[in-house]
Amino acid sequence: MRRWGAWVAGAVFIYAIYLLLTLWTGKVGVWSLGELIGGAVIALLGAIPLTHFVFKREDLRLLQPHRWILFIFYLVGPFFLSMARANIDVAYRVITGKIRPGIVRFQPHLKTDFGRTLLANSITLTPGTLTVDVDDSTGEFYVHWIYVRDPEPRPEDVCGPFPSWARRIAE
Amino acid sequence: MKVFLYALLAIGAVFNGLGAFALLRFPDVYTRIHGATKCTTFGSIFSIVAVVIYGFVKGGGEGGTLAVHALLALFFLLITNPTGSHALARGAHRAGVRPVGAVVDKLEEKK
Repeated sequence: MRRWGAWVAGAVFIYAIYLLLTLWTGKVGVWSLGELIGGAVIALLGAIPLTHFVFKREDLRLLQPHRWILFIFYLVGPFFLSMARANIDVAYRVITGKIRPGIVRFQPHLKTDFGRTLLANSITLTPGTLTVDVDDSTGEFYVHWIYVRDPEPRPEDVCGPFPSWARRIAE
Repeated sequence: MKVFLYALLAIGAVFNGLGAFALLRFPDVYTRIHGATKCTTFGSIFSIVAVVIYGFVKGGGEGGTLAVHALLALFFLLITNPTGSHALARGAHRAGVRPVGAVVDKLEEKK
């Protein structure tokens, strides 16, 4: 049952992106008939591997719409602000060469795969921090930090509000 | 309008340039990943936003296609860039590359 749900959700997602890519190609709506049919076939086939990999251990709670709204708000709000601030900080370090690198460990207490992925990607996209490894069994993050302020940091020291947002969106 | 677009493109170009500069300046693979992928992402975000605004202002099928395609490129860049740099960093650490000048390396202590 869950596998079928994953298949349908994946196919819808792929089809939506395909339709976005082929906007303004014809007369049926704004698509041509060939694109509509071809896209549907590609989406149904392309979603098959998703059932094995993407939703392997998770339930389908990521399909709840309020999580998507939260996610978009997170992207343009807190995430973009932190990224801009960190970008200017790293630009300063590139010019002056003041670095104090190290790999630190912290425990953000995230349980689901998607929460961990979201946090790891947010950390890596933010300049100055880079996820090197995540311990699958304990959920501990190993993060390469370009300017280590504290060798035993709390999650908030390294990545600000990201862990609480990851929990809010994914768990 | 044009001035605004040029400003966005200029910010993008400056950060992309800083990313390239970081490759020369930083000592090892991890710090270079910081410089290259981060500054490139931020630079690319501003460049792509400039293209998207240009496309929407131009309007019609042609401009709309440009804007939507650029937006999709941004979306996939935001997904693939961190995944790729994480894979590079993890692979480097597993292959035995130690961070140069590190004050602490918890991952090494774990093994």
